[in-house]
Amino acid sequence: MITIQLPTALRTFTDGQADLQFEALTVEAALCQLTEQFADLQRHLFDDNGKLRSFVNVYLNDEDVRSFDGVNTSLKDGDVLMLIPAIAGGRETPRT
Amino acid sequence: MLTLTQEQIGTICKHAETEYPSECCGAMLGRFDNGICTVCEVLPISNQREEAAKYHRFLITSQEFLQCEKQARKQNLEVVGFYHSHPDHPAKPSQYDLEHSLPVYSYLIVSVQQGKSDKMTSWILQNDRSQFNEEEIK
Ligand SMILES: [Zn+2]
Repeated sequence: MITIQLPTALRTFTDGQADLQFEALTVEAALCQLTEQFADLQRHLFDDNGKLRSFVNVYLNDEDVRSFDGVNTSLKDGDVLMLIPAIAGGRETPRT
Repeated sequence: MLTLTQEQIGTICKHAETEYPSECCGAMLGRFDNGICTVCEVLPISNQREEAAKYHRFLITSQEFLQCEKQARKQNLEVVGFYHSHPDHPAKPSQYDLEHSLPVYSYLIVSVQQGKSDKMTSWILQNDRSQFNEEEIK
């Protein structure tokens, strides 16, 4: 069993639940189960091509999974995944 | 609706003017209650975009976000939103803002005209990600 922890903005789509538990062997499998159970999360975590949005970061026990094997990182019982967004933005840029 | 004290508004305006002509950014900690978002603390954050892009882009890294979450939990608050400036541009969210936002949070934008803070607006992303809806600031 692994746990996924969500920031405030994403709890709206999980009936207010901040911590969710799944049986999953990889990060990808865990995220799939999460979005299967809560379909409205899909568009906030993945882009139209099914790739994890660039500003969404997955932390495994406080380490960015990109420093391991990305979404292919394997999980073991008791692992904690945290979904942490980076916040980006800016003004309208005129087309050149 | 987003409620801020005059002092908090002052902190954001001053940060925006200090960083001009670059964009400034920061987080807001507070509480959600019955559709009213009350800001308890404003946390200015250093814009992590590269120098050449700072005039029209800002970035709060996930590491910084993690620190905000931890500080909020310690004070029994939540991260309720973020602010950033639009140097010499209107206080309206851009397409880039739309693509990089999350629902629920308040996105406060302050326009800076020729180095002086001007109009301030606040926006919430619609759940289907199609647009921002403006909210009242009080
Ligand atoms: Zn913007």
